[in-house]
Amino acid sequence: MFLINCPYCGERDQSEFSCGGEAHIVRPKQPTELSDNQWAEYLFMRKNIKGVQFERWNHAHGCRKWFNMVRDTSNDKIHAVYKMGEKPPVE
Amino acid sequence: MKNKYSIFSLIKNAFSQHENWKQAWGDPEPKREYEAIIIGGGGHGLATAYYLAKKHNMRNIAVLEKGWIGGGNTGRNTTIIRSNYLWDASAGLYDHALKIWENLSQELNYNIMFSQRGVMNLAHNLQDVRDLKRRTHANRLNGIDAVWLNTNQVKEFCPIINTSPDIRYPVLGGTLQRRAGTARHDAVAWGYARGADEMGVDIIQNCEVKGIKRNGDQVEGVETSKGFIKTKKIGVVAAGHSSVIANMAGLKLPLESKPLQALVSEPVKPIIDTVVMSNAVHAYVSQSDKGELVIGAGTDAYISYTQRGSHDVVEGTLKAILELYPIFSRMKMLRQWGGIVDICPDASPIISKTNIKGLYFNCGWGTGGFKATPGSGDLFAHTIANDEPHKLNAAFNLNRFVSGDLVDEHGAAAVAH
Repeated sequence: MFLINCPYCGERDQSEFSCGGEAHIVRPKQPTELSDNQWAEYLFMRKNIKGVQFERWNHAHGCRKWFNMVRDTSNDKIHAVYKMGEKPPVE
Repeated sequence: MKNKYSIFSLIKNAFSQHENWKQAWGDPEPKREYEAIIIGGGGHGLATAYYLAKKHNMRNIAVLEKGWIGGGNTGRNTTIIRSNYLWDASAGLYDHALKIWENLSQELNYNIMFSQRGVMNLAHNLQDVRDLKRRTHANRLNGIDAVWLNTNQVKEFCPIINTSPDIRYPVLGGTLQRRAGTARHDAVAWGYARGADEMGVDIIQNCEVKGIKRNGDQVEGVETSKGFIKTKKIGVVAAGHSSVIANMAGLKLPLESKPLQALVSEPVKPIIDTVVMSNAVHAYVSQSDKGELVIGAGTDAYISYTQRGSHDVVEGTLKAILELYPIFSRMKMLRQWGGIVDICPDASPIISKTNIKGLYFNCGWGTGGFKATPGSGDLFAHTIANDEPHKLNAAFNLNRFVSGDLVDEHGAAAVAH
């Protein structure tokens, strides 16, 4: 449990948000061309990093907007928050 | 057995104030090379080593544990054992484990305090009633004992449940598996460790795996905090940290690691002699032999490796507990903790080979791995020894995420994941 600085609403309790998992997984441009292995990779396989991870969050009980976050999963410390479409910060 | 536990050894040791009991397992330094290495010294890992030695005669093996044995999820769960899963593959897997549990104390010569006190799953709405009745029928077709109880029978079986129709989520009935129950979690790890050690397995604690060495498609060994160890077969049983080990081998798994919480109350006299689980309101409760209420809460809804979990999750569970059991309203909770669980998209485990030769994974048990400990160890040992899955774990392969042949136990497993 922690505070999240929503880029639209400011600092709010984490329980107002829902986590959308790993960020920057691009939806395949040509779904019909994909092999089963590529589909599995896109749908299911995750880095599940212990450490600094890029992820998507939604302010579900607030502005309901999606945004990205850089968070250390080993201690829940948030390093950066940035809007959808913005370039991820370089460490 | 060189040091058999019995009533006679207990009496004999009583005369020396119990100061001469021999250490139950050793503390060896790692050898340079092993026939197989198991990463993770929890219940599943130790059981795997035990069955590799016992049934497959692989004695030159080691279990590497980064902390102390049984200190991860084996020591952090709510010790519930049941096999009332919906799908045939799951029923086969979990009932295989339950059958081993029934004789495990005798087999290990170690009292794991297995108690078949029954597990009751409650229904709180019409969909719950339909789902649980369907599961009861499916269980019985698979030879697993299951009965449907109406509200009055639920009250009769566990009188402290509030069955008033006026509560927010009234009890509309429930299912009961009488062969289900609980076991002493630490004893399971210790019993398997003692059994494996006796057959020559090296149990190496405080030894963290730092890397996996590959030569092309074949594993060659592991880098550890105690140096490099050579081996041709690695079985990974690292629960919440499975992805961390997989990343070392250049592999991705379909897992997300999240904290799952549990808590215990102050000890009181016997008040609940069974295990009651409620999916819809997410509250499980049983009572330990010490008298504490053992309460299972939910997972945090984001990836985290912090072994604590959020307060609001505990609060939600305790609200549900209080509505169902008003008698507990003045009890104090003593301890709360979190364990990191590795959750699969289909809420079923992975006991599988990988596309790297000699690398095997036993993971994805998510929120319910304890119940499967003996069966999981037995089947994973079979998979490692023969380089082929046993028919009971064939469906739980890693390739199911490519083929689409998932074993979807979300909800179907009688519990929210």
